[in-house]
Amino acid sequence: MSNGLQNERREQPNMRGEVVKQPLDKNELESILDRILEVEFTFRQTAEPAQRLAAMDRATQDYVLDWVGRVTSNHIELGYQYACYADKALHLLDREMVEAWALHAMDVYDRDGLRPALAVMHGLDDFLEDQHQRVSGSVLEEVNGVLSGFLHGLSGRRLKLEEGPHPYTDTEVLYLPPVMARLAGKHDNFLLYKSAIALLWAQTRYGTFRVLLDGALDPETASDELVALFHALETLRLEAHIARELPGLFRQMERLKAELEQPALSAPWRELRRRVQSPCTTAHDCLCLAEAHLGRIQPFPDRFYRAALKPVAVADCMAARLEREKARFKVSLKELEDEQREKQDREAKASRFEARLKRDDPEREAMEMEILLDGRPMKLPQFTNKLLNSILLDLGNLPEDYLEPAGPGDYDAKLLKDEEPDPEDVWSGTYHEEGAHLTDEWDFRRQHYRKGWCAVRERTLIPKDESFVRETLRKHSGVVKQLRKTFEALRDEDRLLRRQPDGEGIDFDALVEAISDAARGHEMTDRLFTRLHRSERNIAVAFLVDMSGSTKGWINEAEREALVLLCEALESLGDRYAIYGFSSFTRKRCELFPIKRFDERYSAEVKGRIAAVEPQDYTRMGFAIRRMDAILREVDARTRVLVTLSDGKPDDYDNYRGEFGIEDTRRALIEARRNGIHPYCITIDEQARDYLPHLYGPAAYTVVSEVRALPFKVSDIYRRLTT
Amino acid sequence: MTAQTLHLDEYLITEEPYYEPVGDEIAIFEAAYGNRLPVLLKGPTGCGKTRFMEYMAWRLRRPLITVSCHDDLTASDLVGRYLVRGGETLWIDGPLAQAVRAGAICYLDEIVEARKDTMVVIHPLADDRRVLPIEKLGELVRAAPEFGLTVSYNPGYQSVLKDLKQSTRQRFVALDFDYPSADLEAAIVQKEGGLDAEMAGKLVRFAEMTRNLKGSGLEEGASTRLLVHAGKLIASGIGPVSACHGAIAQALTDDPEMLAAVEELSSSLF
Repeated sequence: MSNGLQNERREQPNMRGEVVKQPLDKNELESILDRILEVEFTFRQTAEPAQRLAAMDRATQDYVLDWVGRVTSNHIELGYQYACYADKALHLLDREMVEAWALHAMDVYDRDGLRPALAVMHGLDDFLEDQHQRVSGSVLEEVNGVLSGFLHGLSGRRLKLEEGPHPYTDTEVLYLPPVMARLAGKHDNFLLYKSAIALLWAQTRYGTFRVLLDGALDPETASDELVALFHALETLRLEAHIARELPGLFRQMERLKAELEQPALSAPWRELRRRVQSPCTTAHDCLCLAEAHLGRIQPFPDRFYRAALKPVAVADCMAARLEREKARFKVSLKELEDEQREKQDREAKASRFEARLKRDDPEREAMEMEILLDGRPMKLPQFTNKLLNSILLDLGNLPEDYLEPAGPGDYDAKLLKDEEPDPEDVWSGTYHEEGAHLTDEWDFRRQHYRKGWCAVRERTLIPKDESFVRETLRKHSGVVKQLRKTFEALRDEDRLLRRQPDGEGIDFDALVEAISDAARGHEMTDRLFTRLHRSERNIAVAFLVDMSGSTKGWINEAEREALVLLCEALESLGDRYAIYGFSSFTRKRCELFPIKRFDERYSAEVKGRIAAVEPQDYTRMGFAIRRMDAILREVDARTRVLVTLSDGKPDDYDNYRGEFGIEDTRRALIEARRNGIHPYCITIDEQARDYLPHLYGPAAYTVVSEVRALPFKVSDIYRRLTT
Repeated sequence: MTAQTLHLDEYLITEEPYYEPVGDEIAIFEAAYGNRLPVLLKGPTGCGKTRFMEYMAWRLRRPLITVSCHDDLTASDLVGRYLVRGGETLWIDGPLAQAVRAGAICYLDEIVEARKDTMVVIHPLADDRRVLPIEKLGELVRAAPEFGLTVSYNPGYQSVLKDLKQSTRQRFVALDFDYPSADLEAAIVQKEGGLDAEMAGKLVRFAEMTRNLKGSGLEEGASTRLLVHAGKLIASGIGPVSACHGAIAQALTDDPEMLAAVEELSSSLF
């Protein structure tokens, strides 16, 4: 049968006249898979997955083949495994979950490489565990916002939520698995997350880890059995706290427990539960009980939410924090003391800090303390208050030596400030991402983001001699004058508008006329008021300048001259503006060069930096737009504008070429627009290229070939925005 | 031209408003008022600033004229304006001018919201001159000895553009308000909302949870006022979760994700 005939047979209209595609048969599927998976070179057996796919309807087949393609764009083996598992996954999970599973595997591939990613693929069996019914699970990425809100609302230290293999906490980050799919309903799976969060939060809130501080439990030497028993007892103690503090959640947990058929506690365990239930029981009590019962009783099976206890992970994190917070707390007391002294002009009178419990309430572990200076209660700044709370969470009280103020000189500066690694250092020969802003990047083949893919760093430009600026101003002196005029015309001023239909004052001239009109029998105008027109320009503009190697020559020259002219013009307008340059060399080295930040003045140094704008490496536009998007959103302004100046070719040394770069840049512009930013792209080139309309689709764009034309384009943008 | 003044008796507060002192704010206010110093109340919304003013006005037996400032409030809204009646112009005193003439307490709520030109009339009133220039009448009104000026502002959600200028803030005696301590707040909610102590305590706990969210999704946590609202709903038989949803969560945010998080908190607590 010829191909044409085949298609004819396949696409026969059904009763309603719609064309229904017939399913592909095994041979056709096999050949498609062979092509996608490049079997010619990789010798994979596609017969088996093709066999299974053949049983599906055409829509599902197309869906699977599309995803095989997307996954294969990362790695062929990953795509092959997806093809093998797709049938089973679709059988047991709804599509949303299948997609979450595939995307998770791809994220793991990006982050940790092929082997762990394959483990995720093979892990489908674990993932479904003892599941016999189709489930619709809860995906962490989707519910992260709600869960974070829930977690931050609970009192205590601000914990971060991150993805991890199973639920546990190191007392600063709370790790949760990417997907919860143990129950059939989506909401119930969400509750599993919530329960896990509540228990882990309770570990930090009710002092589970205080046993590590005085050496009662040594994380290195303690046997697994002891830790397991301690964890079981702690779970009971903390559940009792949850029952008291969050009774609504506790009821939900009880319901899930019943649904998941957790075996009821044995009699000895029920007895132990009775002993740890009181609010006065401490983690130390539980540890003593655990030691006493070691070998005599087995811990009960994991609770349904499977929150784990990891003393080793906690110990390091806690030790570092304790040292850091002690230093910071003492230094901030010192600052408070100085401030107080200045206010009251007290001459070197020794002052003394004391701590006092705000209330003594055994029901709620008293976590509130106030600090007194010379007997008077102090209102602590937010930062100090947070420190105090965090210290109380760790220690349960505030030791005396914490109350002795200390100058910042007494401590290593590293302890006092979160370190900002020097971007120059980070790059010197190493390959890690520490200290960089990680931004996502759109992979058009995957039709999804690669998470935290680009490591963006801000680097300083060494200012050059500003003679370039003088030279430019001289060269274009005519343009500068004209520009000033154009921009000054945009400037708005307060003025009193007369003869308004409404306003705050009476326009007496108009009134006199109107009354005399009325006396003569004419119609009286209603435009009798004066109104003050206020100029409230509230614009922030960021300029993003392409510093890639391809701008070398006249484009770079044009960019620099344009920047000088723009600054001159914008200064007369008085709006806030910032200028950043960008360049890249693979995703690990995405660099942003601040030329003028929003809060900086147009100083000699800024002028020097403009002169120092030089062609560097490649043009990875996506990261720069996303980063500027974030910077702009931090500025408080009614209208935010992002103007990119480039030669219009997204390009980088790795695979950021052609379609990939164009699609990612386009995506970044869409994101910016969605975030309420007005993106404008100015391409400096002698000819308009055919891909520009697609690339800049989401933004307004223009092509200029002449330097002097550029600032006028910007004034056009302004006019459009402000009128 | 005739000047017209409203009867200020309407502004007298005859019944004692319910107010629980948090610290020494009453003594400080009285001292400031006695010395004819203007007062600045700082603090988040719904923590009792307005109630405090009502209470103080009652205590000092002065009429209280409250002006809620908004971004279209002009100097003439405060000072007064001409109206036209039957071909004649007629001057009407604004609330501030009335208070100045009659010796009332004028309370300008959320002062930073007002337009910048209002500061021109506030400044001479807020230092030892204590005069109100009425430009359109060509008049300089000397404040009656009993006149008191109080302004309030919420430093929490002020943007750079809407911060109080140093020249303004340095004329006032500042009183810093915050949400009352948990026990006191529970007592207030219990009394105002008509609840039992346990439910009031839980509502306060819920408020603390939303206040923890300040800065990570919520602009402000639940105010004491919102708690009283929720308390009243609960007291009339609405379930606590629905009451918190209607009176607190929806009032705090429109963001669906944040709303869901706040709902999760309330459903966990009750």
